[in-house]
Amino acid sequence: MYDSSDIRKNLKILIDGQPWVVVDFQFVKPGKGTAFTRTRIKNMITGAVLDKTFRSGEKLEPAEVEQVSAQYMYHEGEQYWFMDNSSYEQFAVSAAQLGDQAQFLTENLVVNITMFQGQPVGIELPTFIEVQITKCEPGVRGDTASGGTKPATISSGALIQVPFHINEGDWVKVDTRDGRYVERINKR
Amino acid sequence: MRNRAPLGSTRARLELRARGLAAVRSFFDARGSLEVETPLLLRAPAPERHIVAPAVPGAGFLAASPELQMKRLVADGAGPIHQITRSFRGGERGRVHLPEFTIVEWYLPGATYREAMDQTEALVRWVAERLATPGNPPRFAPGFPFERHRIPDLFERLAGWRPGADVDDERFAFDLVDKVEPALPRDQGVLLYDYPASQASLARLCPADPAYAERFELYLGGLELANGFTELSDAAEQRARFERERAAIAAQGRSPYPLDERFLAALPRLGLCAGVALGFDRLLLALTGLDDIGEVTSFRWEEV
Repeated sequence: MYDSSDIRKNLKILIDGQPWVVVDFQFVKPGKGTAFTRTRIKNMITGAVLDKTFRSGEKLEPAEVEQVSAQYMYHEGEQYWFMDNSSYEQFAVSAAQLGDQAQFLTENLVVNITMFQGQPVGIELPTFIEVQITKCEPGVRGDTASGGTKPATISSGALIQVPFHINEGDWVKVDTRDGRYVERINKR
Repeated sequence: MRNRAPLGSTRARLELRARGLAAVRSFFDARGSLEVETPLLLRAPAPERHIVAPAVPGAGFLAASPELQMKRLVADGAGPIHQITRSFRGGERGRVHLPEFTIVEWYLPGATYREAMDQTEALVRWVAERLATPGNPPRFAPGFPFERHRIPDLFERLAGWRPGADVDDERFAFDLVDKVEPALPRDQGVLLYDYPASQASLARLCPADPAYAERFELYLGGLELANGFTELSDAAEQRARFERERAAIAAQGRSPYPLDERFLAALPRLGLCAGVALGFDRLLLALTGLDDIGEVTSFRWEEV
């Protein structure tokens, strides 16, 4: 059991059966009142952020959460299979748990898997991934400087916006937080 | 809270403090207040259940506030007085809490908390104007009076209930911290007043409604900066409140301080008087917009 005085950034706690991580905290005490710890916490499964105040001495249940480094292998229906890089154990994360992240998964991509009570509950993608353009309209000559974009499908499956001069087969760097095209890269 | 670059150098930090101290002194000088000093080492600190005056074995206690001694001076005819001193609070350390901090405390004989509120606002504006530089303007809308809210009305709006005579101490403090303080404007001074009677052990009750005490707090930039009230001068009532606080302290497993009989004996001579305590380090924090009190002190507590 933790105590309110144990509250620190990155402390992982269990509230109503859900794992939360402390992203910010502050000791607060009205001049004439008891002490509290005001926190901002993030749900490690849903990503929801909440402000919560704890009373001094209040007990907090630790959340058994760990991050393991794993490689994406393949998906089979709704199940996305990963392999733990150190134990070589394989486990599946559901499409529902991945949400939009599934469209940035390419074979052999290394991600962090969040394990809660021994079960995978979500993944953390690298901020940037390098992917190949699998489908887009051909580049239009003379349009390279206009700053306009066109839709393109990348090898992981996501549909993103790229500049006109990008062509099928090009390798690009993409920001997984918002699906934004970053730059074209020279690869292989 | 706004995050700004730290002051950078030791010299810059010291200059900020020195200019702030000079501004506070010039404010009171201009109003005919006398600067005084009172002991830091006390035999009988005011008993308050949520405040710990650190014990000095064999000597007494470090002052958590200069309040009782300053009131004795006023009762003995000192007139309007002010003091810039250190106060100590056991077990308090956080982004805006220090176990030793600088307090500005002053007393206005013949005044109530209404005049004290006006003067607290005037002091903050005075210091803000003198600390302002082209790169660091006052951190609140200049020219606009600070907002003023009665505690029961503000709680009703922000927490959904009206704290009154029978308020639950714990619930009041929790909702203050959880619902009320986070909703206060950051870019304007706010004065909250008329606290439930149980939330003010040294303040006079409102003559028109004894469920509330004539106590106020000033918030600036979301920080609680000052606490003031019309002083209670009824010695029997004060003794009863001290005994209640001592019982609450004993219930926490702490040993209560001795009662300050000299203070209680002087109290009837205090008459009508208002007093205010303002956290000087927090004032600097609020006016600079920095987010850690260690940024405005000569040394960080951890580095002492």
